Amino acid sequence: MKLQEYTSSRHNFEECMKCTVCTAYCPVLQANPLYPGPKQAGPDGERLRLKAPYFFNQALKYCLNCKRCEVACPSGVNVADLIQSARIKYDTTPPKLRDRMLASTDFMGSLARPVAPVVNAVTGLGVTKTVLDATLKIDRHREFPKYSSRSFERWLKRRRKEQTVFPEQVAYFHGCYVNYNYPQLGKDLVKVLNALGVGVQLLEKEKCCGIALITNGMSGQARKNANHNVAQLRQAVLDKGLKVLTTSSTCALTIRDEYPNLLGVDNADVRESVLLATRFIFEKLEKGASLKFKSGYHRKIAYHTPCHLERMGWGIFSEKLLQMIPGVEFTLLDSNCCGISGTYGFKKENYEVSQAIGEPLFAQIRSVNPEVVACDCETCKWQIEMSTGYTVMNPISILAEAIED
Amino acid sequence: MNANEFDVIIIGGGITGAGTQRDCAMRGLRTLLIERSDIATGATGRNHGLLHSGARYAVNDPESAQECIRENMILRRIASHCIDETDGLFITLPEDDLAYQQTFVDACRNAGISAEIIDPDLARRMEPSVNPDLIGAVKVPDGSVDPFRLCAANMLDAKMHGGQVRLHTEVTGFIKEGDTIKGVHTRNRQTGEEVDYYAPVTVNACGIWGQHIAEMAGVKVGMFPAKGALLIFAHRVNNLVINRCRKPSNADILVPGDTVCIIGTTSTRIPFEECDTVAVTPDEVTLLITEGAKLAPSLSSTRILRAYAGVRPLVSADDDPTGRNISRGIVCLDHETRDGLKGFITITGGKLMTYRLMAEIATDAVCRKLGVEKACQTADIPLPGSEEQSYEAVAQKIWESPTTAQKAAAARMGTRAARIRTGDKRDDALICECEEVSVGEIKAAIDRLEVSTLTDLRRRTRVGMGTCQGEFCACRAAGLLVKAHGCVERERADLEDFLQERWKGNFPIGWGDTLREAEYTQWVYKLVLGL
Repeated sequence: MKLQEYTSSRHNFEECMKCTVCTAYCPVLQANPLYPGPKQAGPDGERLRLKAPYFFNQALKYCLNCKRCEVACPSGVNVADLIQSARIKYDTTPPKLRDRMLASTDFMGSLARPVAPVVNAVTGLGVTKTVLDATLKIDRHREFPKYSSRSFERWLKRRRKEQTVFPEQVAYFHGCYVNYNYPQLGKDLVKVLNALGVGVQLLEKEKCCGIALITNGMSGQARKNANHNVAQLRQAVLDKGLKVLTTSSTCALTIRDEYPNLLGVDNADVRESVLLATRFIFEKLEKGASLKFKSGYHRKIAYHTPCHLERMGWGIFSEKLLQMIPGVEFTLLDSNCCGISGTYGFKKENYEVSQAIGEPLFAQIRSVNPEVVACDCETCKWQIEMSTGYTVMNPISILAEAIED
Repeated sequence: MNANEFDVIIIGGGITGAGTQRDCAMRGLRTLLIERSDIATGATGRNHGLLHSGARYAVNDPESAQECIRENMILRRIASHCIDETDGLFITLPEDDLAYQQTFVDACRNAGISAEIIDPDLARRMEPSVNPDLIGAVKVPDGSVDPFRLCAANMLDAKMHGGQVRLHTEVTGFIKEGDTIKGVHTRNRQTGEEVDYYAPVTVNACGIWGQHIAEMAGVKVGMFPAKGALLIFAHRVNNLVINRCRKPSNADILVPGDTVCIIGTTSTRIPFEECDTVAVTPDEVTLLITEGAKLAPSLSSTRILRAYAGVRPLVSADDDPTGRNISRGIVCLDHETRDGLKGFITITGGKLMTYRLMAEIATDAVCRKLGVEKACQTADIPLPGSEEQSYEAVAQKIWESPTTAQKAAAARMGTRAARIRTGDKRDDALICECEEVSVGEIKAAIDRLEVSTLTDLRRRTRVGMGTCQGEFCACRAAGLLVKAHGCVERERADLEDFLQERWKGNFPIGWGDTLREAEYTQWVYKLVLGL
């Protein structure tokens, strides 16, 4: 007997007017002719896939999930969600070892942390890169993010007491990058929030938001993480009445939007309380809070809005916050995708496309020639640093640097 | 032998005519098919596209039910590329009488239709779109059939057996000698060219318009036109046919067909003069949506693509002027024995499902007249395109790793998809993005399937049948027709006709996203392209 479960359609795909604006805005299509483009892969393909899963096209894996098609769509079609959902539903090829490794950011982090200096030394070696390139197809040009010996969680746990003295409290979803690779960003956030009279708590136990699991064909694991994290968020938001902040635009988008839209994990009761830290801080300052900035501070900053932040419509908060800092010479970079999209650009087969997509952004950065590029996304940071040589800082770190100690 | 002489002339390019031509041609006759418009323009192309199991007729018309299930099994064998073997459900809703279910199942079994009562919960899992309130469900071997594809495949096979086809050509009169029909006068409606054709036998296979043709020949066939209205939804909501398990009524069948699904139908007696101008009324649209949502609740929020209506060729079983004795069964009239008119046969009544049997009956009659003794083979030899049982097998055989457009082409053309030229960027480019129809596929249709207008092309390839309703594909396809026919002016007029025809289907359901899309199409063609 033929049981079928492919008849429900979501993501507003019927509202598509075929205007093709999404296709014009897709960064992949211009660099990779093998990709059918968002309209074809999304609403058009969906009608055929509803007929039979056979019509699923493997080329959907070339989608970056940058969501620029959704920003462009005048009809409110969640094009990227359609594409990613189709991959989740119909792609039955098991993820490769490489993809599993790239996707398991927290597992790899917890393995690497105790032996971080060794790992960092080894991954930085040319010979390692050559081997990884040849065996796992991780492109040799890529720089692996360095691991930290001390996790951010451990650092903050030691300061639990001093954080509780602040009258206002928030919870911080630090994400894998802050915890294992770059605790300094978390420390910077604590510094800024403390300066505003806000204490920072951890969630009882957070897991990776799961974005890399979703895009690497491990949605089952991603759903587990999502259910776990939503339960954690409920504790913080519903039981303790806290806002939950992130410093990573992608973690925020994943928790708020990918959980319900791609993984079917209901987060309606906590969604509005999950915010990017820059939005929280901007709103606090708007309401009259103030920060004491260092005198004589000067930075020439070019700000790159990560695609996922643009999708949420929150780029404005990071922009405005940076512009508030006395002594900042601010340039807003044009809206472009950097091309890395998390683990996508690490894969050898995507490297050239990834770099081609990012080139307009890189060229503009070179011509602006800032002291530092600001950006709220860690993978954009790796991409821009590798491709341009410019240093990239999270706006929170710039803020922390600019206020008095 | 004169080029205008044949063994048999068949009037009517619907499925009955095309099927009859195929059968006659396979029995070695020299055949000519004449159609005033295009293939499948009448009732053939204006129904659900339901591959009846016969279950719907089991209780009230066991004979039709038996015919249906026999033909159902035959079509699965000979027309695999036109058929989607979905299976179907007959559901009982709380307001229906559950006792009817047993009557229904018994009647099905008596007719030879496998009907299996299943748990409502299993039905909900098999078909998630079904009304979750159902209290009973029966599974039957319903399916869906693409009437355009089926008609084109029959025509193509007739041609491959030496048959000739004249589309857009109307019969203007009969050539009569005494009490014998010797041939027909025709006029090409596009070129105005007038030609006479001769044959010892002429078959009237014009569906509801058969009354008119019979009159022209000097005999009377009483037809009783019944209009049926249907709605097409923009995507497949269901993957199993959903029927109501009750006495047949309005809007109680939802059929998934290719990328869409279709709810219908209504039944209204109309005067014969209105057959050419039937339109769907607002009341019919309301009824179809309201009743349809009882089968699958999500229909009430799904975008509707088009509304259309067809006219059933119901015929009085014999000379019953009151019309009380109406049958949906097959009616084959030999006008020699009936009216003393030699060389003229009318084949009518019946339905899409039983077209092959109708063709067989008509061809048997033709052969008797011609003294030809040859057995019918149409139940055994697959139609061109249907040599493989699944489109997956077709696509995998032709292409190593087929693209979505190639998979879609294999599903539409069957094994004939091998004729599509690929590998060249220009041939691989898409004309229709909604249905994924490539330049190569359009060219293959133009080459072999008698295409003279965009609407003809739509019936053969699904160009313009998708969500955009021709917005993007019509102008591209028009470009290819200009190349094929060499006339820009003619194609410009054709493009206007095509868009007008698309709007005609949008108009009765012109709200929401359908209206937005139509408005956008208007901008593109009027303001950008200056049409």
